[in-house]
Amino acid sequence: MPIQGNLRDFSTTQLLNLINLSGRTGILRIFEGIPTGEKDAMQKPKLAPGSERASIFFRQGKLVYAALNDQIGDLIAVLNKAGKLTDAQARVMRERVKGASDKALALRLISANYVTKNDVVNSIQQYILDIVYNIMTWNQEPFRFDDGAQPREERILVPIDLEHVIIEGARRLQRIEEITQHIENLDMCLKFPENPKEKFEGVQLSVEEWRVVSYVSPKNTIRQIAKQNNMTEMEIRRIVYGLEQAGLVEIVRPQTDGKAAQAATAKGGRGTTPGKPRQQPQVQRDVVTRLIDRLKSMQ
Amino acid sequence: MQTVKMVITGPFSSGKTEFIRSISEIEVVSTEREVTADSERREKDATTVAMDFGRITVDDDLVLYLFGTPGQRRFDFMWEILAEGMLGFIVMVDSAKPETFREAKSILETFRAYAPTPYVVAANKQDHADAWSTDDLRIALRIEPDVKLLPCVARDKNSVRDVLLELLYSILEDMEA
Repeated sequence: MPIQGNLRDFSTTQLLNLINLSGRTGILRIFEGIPTGEKDAMQKPKLAPGSERASIFFRQGKLVYAALNDQIGDLIAVLNKAGKLTDAQARVMRERVKGASDKALALRLISANYVTKNDVVNSIQQYILDIVYNIMTWNQEPFRFDDGAQPREERILVPIDLEHVIIEGARRLQRIEEITQHIENLDMCLKFPENPKEKFEGVQLSVEEWRVVSYVSPKNTIRQIAKQNNMTEMEIRRIVYGLEQAGLVEIVRPQTDGKAAQAATAKGGRGTTPGKPRQQPQVQRDVVTRLIDRLKSMQ
Repeated sequence: MQTVKMVITGPFSSGKTEFIRSISEIEVVSTEREVTADSERREKDATTVAMDFGRITVDDDLVLYLFGTPGQRRFDFMWEILAEGMLGFIVMVDSAKPETFREAKSILETFRAYAPTPYVVAANKQDHADAWSTDDLRIALRIEPDVKLLPCVARDKNSVRDVLLELLYSILEDMEA
């Protein structure tokens, strides 16, 4: 029986947990969501599976391989990404070993002392984890898990315990959520604190951070700064959060934010406050036994 | 005459009305109204707005009433009223609609808060090709191992009877504990 649904209803973290607990072997495919124009049972726009975006393979509840469809994902790409092969080396290698399996290529690279066995294993592991952590932030895509399927023979499989992946993935998601909550509104502005010169003295910033700092002004919203620097919402949030935590910039919050938050907290909602427990009916054992007998007699 | 009551709850279109209809000895007193929203109409043509009501007579002195809650959230003011005095409750889950799992879990928690009565979870539509297995559903809904999660096909009387029996066994165990 395949497991299928949408990540907005059943997250990757929950799926990994399910696969881990049930010790499954098979493939989890994640697809681009194509709006059908209809609504699902919860009145949310129905998304049909489109082209495949990613696939994750499992063996007996362990993660063994992952691939994004828009990435090559062979060993050369993996080692290149890990910095074990330069761009030029990767290009040459790709020409020379056309058609060779990852396993054959790994043996050649190790025997030629390009890389060690540990380099190969660690690079593959990191590559797979990066993909899975990335997928864990997706929340709108249709998915389908099919039992049994395994990656192509030529791939090198590195079994990874899912417990650690789930914990680390959840931690990362929590961090993203915290940052998103902290900088919920991108229409806020940034300003420098008092004595900015003192604060910036001796501080080493990345290029991206400098690019953001260069636009800090009470006239520029965070959204505008992101647009100017061609950054995604999450990228700008992460950088602004870091700068703010380091005391290098201050967020100018619109005053209405606090009031709105207070009002929302005061309003509460169903489910957050459990209802008062009701009196249980006083029913005797005999009544239940008679009900059981009656039901048993029904055909 | 003594009457006892069980509540059948669950998300919209999870099969509550059909469950009661399959086993009730009387024509189910259903308060279904035609669904107005197009999207809901695709799921089914009518929905329960107040409650469904079925009956199983045990003997001259004892009757079991089955109350089905309205599945749509906008009628949830009825839930607490229906939960009052229930012997136990059944949470219906459409095994083939994962988008409703979170809602099912939320309804389960709401009913647990109403009364500390025994309950079971019925994994309905197990005959459907896309149905999640009960093992997967248990993990998906985070149902504790001591709570019964039972396969169910609401239009099959025997299947419905088995779910009701399992709930009664749980009630009995609860009494003896």
